[in-house]
Amino acid sequence: MSKKEIYAVKGLSVPETPASAQEPKPWKQTQMVGKGIPRVDAYERVSGTAVYPSDVLLPDMIYGAVLRCPHPHAQVKKVDVEAASKMPGVRAVITGDTPEARVEWTYSKEARSSLFDPHCRFEGEPVAAVAAETPYQAEDALRAIRVEYDVLPFVVDERDALKENAPSVHGAGNVLKTEKYERGQVDRGFREADVVLEENYRTECQLHTPMELHGCVAKWDGDRLTLWESTQGVYAVQAEVAEVLKLPLSKVRVVGHYMGGGFGSKLKAGKYTVIAALLAKKSARPVKLFLTREETYLAVGNRPPNNMRLKAGVKKDGTLTALDFSCTGTGGAYPSGGTSLVDWLVRDLYKCPNVRTECTDIAIHTGPARPFRAPGHPQGAWVLEQMMDALAEAIKMDPVELRLKNIPNFSQGKEGNPPYSSTGLKQCLEEGAKAFQWKVARSKALAPGETGRIKRGVGMASCLWVVGGGWPPSTVILKLFPDGSLNLNMGASDIGTGTKTVMALVAAEELGIPLGKIEIEHADTGTTQYATPSGGSKTVPTEAPTVRAAAISVKQQLLEMASKELKLDAASLVFQEGSIAPAKDPSKSVKITDLSELKKRGVVVGIGYRGPNPENKAIIPFAAQFCEVEVNTKTGEVKILRFVSTNDSGRVMDRLTYDSQVIGGITMGIGLAMTEYRVLDRDQTGRMLNRNWHDYKLPTALDVPLEMTSLPVDREDSQANSVGAKGLGEPVTIPTAPAIANAVYNATGIRITETPISPERLCRLLAEKRKEG
Amino acid sequence: MTQKHEPGECRCSRGLTRRGFLSTVGAGVAVASAAGKLAAQPAASQGADVLPSAEMTPITLNINGRTHRLLVEPRWSLLFVLRERLGLTGTKVGCERGECGACTVLMDDLPRYACMTLAVEAQGSEITTLEGLMRGEELGGVQQAFVEEDAFQCGYCTPGQIMAVEGLLRAHPEPSQEEIQMGLSGNLCRCGAYVHIFKAAGRAAQLKRGQ
Repeated sequence: MSKKEIYAVKGLSVPETPASAQEPKPWKQTQMVGKGIPRVDAYERVSGTAVYPSDVLLPDMIYGAVLRCPHPHAQVKKVDVEAASKMPGVRAVITGDTPEARVEWTYSKEARSSLFDPHCRFEGEPVAAVAAETPYQAEDALRAIRVEYDVLPFVVDERDALKENAPSVHGAGNVLKTEKYERGQVDRGFREADVVLEENYRTECQLHTPMELHGCVAKWDGDRLTLWESTQGVYAVQAEVAEVLKLPLSKVRVVGHYMGGGFGSKLKAGKYTVIAALLAKKSARPVKLFLTREETYLAVGNRPPNNMRLKAGVKKDGTLTALDFSCTGTGGAYPSGGTSLVDWLVRDLYKCPNVRTECTDIAIHTGPARPFRAPGHPQGAWVLEQMMDALAEAIKMDPVELRLKNIPNFSQGKEGNPPYSSTGLKQCLEEGAKAFQWKVARSKALAPGETGRIKRGVGMASCLWVVGGGWPPSTVILKLFPDGSLNLNMGASDIGTGTKTVMALVAAEELGIPLGKIEIEHADTGTTQYATPSGGSKTVPTEAPTVRAAAISVKQQLLEMASKELKLDAASLVFQEGSIAPAKDPSKSVKITDLSELKKRGVVVGIGYRGPNPENKAIIPFAAQFCEVEVNTKTGEVKILRFVSTNDSGRVMDRLTYDSQVIGGITMGIGLAMTEYRVLDRDQTGRMLNRNWHDYKLPTALDVPLEMTSLPVDREDSQANSVGAKGLGEPVTIPTAPAIANAVYNATGIRITETPISPERLCRLLAEKRKEG
Repeated sequence: MTQKHEPGECRCSRGLTRRGFLSTVGAGVAVASAAGKLAAQPAASQGADVLPSAEMTPITLNINGRTHRLLVEPRWSLLFVLRERLGLTGTKVGCERGECGACTVLMDDLPRYACMTLAVEAQGSEITTLEGLMRGEELGGVQQAFVEEDAFQCGYCTPGQIMAVEGLLRAHPEPSQEEIQMGLSGNLCRCGAYVHIFKAAGRAAQLKRGQ
């Protein structure tokens, strides 16, 4: 395929232009949006010309490194940096005793701390930092720092933290908060049920470990600070750093053109950001400070472990009568959502009048959690979707059928019970089952007489994601040049999901400009417009309508110019493939590039703002996933054979990047289900034992099924926003783990209620089952 | 494997002879390559001299067909030298301990982890980095295939994946699916683009054959 074929270059016809102050209607037909068009920044990413923050090289730059507390709980008594300061190449050393480093740090609103807090409440809290000519010399200097600690008693497992005499994290009991929710009459609901099941579940702590390490390059020009940070949101980093260092926002420039993955762990600045800035100030040199891989396992977030219990009642006809859910979890040493949204699917996914949930967040001596791709949802799905599978079996109903029976058309969990702007859950289930050949595959798996040690099974699960509609604010600026080329200026980061590509497609669609003539400036607080961090599956539904609004503003201005030139009313003119013509007489057209006023001005600037969402509507993406597995009943090994994922995320904006998100979400879900879990030395040292990719296992090229089908329910949500898209990045990973667990159950009759589905665990359960006969 | 610790020989600051350290690295390679996998491995070293750790050592590296003469500390990794001293930042850093493959380069056509290779060891090999696959401003075949198949998301592991595929195809121009997966098994992708990467590898093989 040549470059020409990849990037469409033909003139494109353009949709109607609404008058000023009129909201555009969703496109009826699209020319560019929805096609499988390669990324607009693909060249940069595969050629090596893309400069990620960790690639930044500045003249005179030196390297920072952070000394971290090796104990889960300790009081720093003394930090001796004398020897370290004299080491070769060392240019700056800072500790809690350094006056400029005595700054506040807010892990969360409820828990204030300081940058170098002498009371270290988790392994990995910064104690000191150095900057030196090479990273090797910085490491040498860290080793030369002598720290005296009072090592204190610790608790690193939330299941131990509520015991009597458990060490306290914040000087009182370790319960941070308990949240309760109730609707209907749960006890009556259970009395009405034909079948009531109850089960305990647990999901282990999962670590983000994006490929690019957390960190930044910091440079001062007098009182102005520039940070090249690997982040999902440059404006969020700017705000936090400005507040901590008491600088005007205008004096903090954060640049993050490319970034190597975040998954929620790079939504805000880290202590490392501030440390880099302080080291740069002290040494009067630019400082590159990126964490080591080991540090990222300790100090930059995780998906909390959760212990969950669900009691569920169902009638023989498949009507859910009651759900009673409780859970405990931990966000680590500082309040950070240890149980946040874990109960959401129980509250909202299926029609059920009687629901009760109770979530207790517990403090322990581990690194604080950060949002991790669909916070709470994969954990809740692990419970609810396995329970639905068990209920279906108990009432002898197909699991897909049971779910189809319980689809709500409004949000039961949200206040005021708003209707969904669209719900494609039914289509996800039906079309997914069809594409997967669910009935055939299931009857094959259930067929008796299979006696070999390899058993096949199929499983499925569905989900929604709590918010998928995006929201204000966002500002986008488009600059149209007299030669018909366009500059798109937005603050949002492209975290790998294809944001830039989707936005270029929206501009191309609306203005009829080929992608090859569109250039994007983004993710730079100095030169691009305000945007919230890219996360929460909200970037496309937030930014795309904003780009469209800016494009419409450009068109309106062009129509005004043409109206003067043609001496006709602007309302009587229409766009036609790079020209503007009277609707009634297309022969009298004027080329946009010939507009004399455009030539004179040199540029037309269109500003788009993100408008509000529709009132009293819940804009929610839905999904269903189906999978087939092969279980070796002798070794406990599970081979995942295939996956089908059906997603209702509204309109498909770019099919290629859409599918990439789907297969990526499944792959990450396979990690949660099969291999990923944090191991802490619970009794003796409280330290993390698998802080590297050898011992903490991500799915590799050998662990994914070759057959992964992404099947979008491609239907624009005309109520959600002007492009009709809902979020995608998070729902794609929510149902994966329970779909696998249900398939393993289908194959073996063993219900695996705790992650990971490791060969050891499965072997043990298989042996227990054999013993029971 | 024998390690010699002759008195007075070691001038390193950390009490391990350079020779001992290098032969440890070398032995790991022997075991790994015996498994017959083409996934990236730490580079082998033979007959390395004992180098004083505190002194800068002059070395010559052949990178992407060009000769670079520079002074390095003996402990500097090839990865550090490529990225931070020569500005070849197409090679990425993910773990600096041979786990992820983001730093994969070719040494004499074989995929190697640049983080597990000392710069001093890399002398005498033809080193190819991502930048070396470009034909001027034009993408090479493997790069082109990655674009077409959208074989990445954030793009940070991508240079390593591309180098692994390049190495695979140089050894096996028509790889089987299993060979592709084995060839990429030393390269992690947290965004989970593997399935598209496999497709890109197949497409790259086609492109290289001129199809």
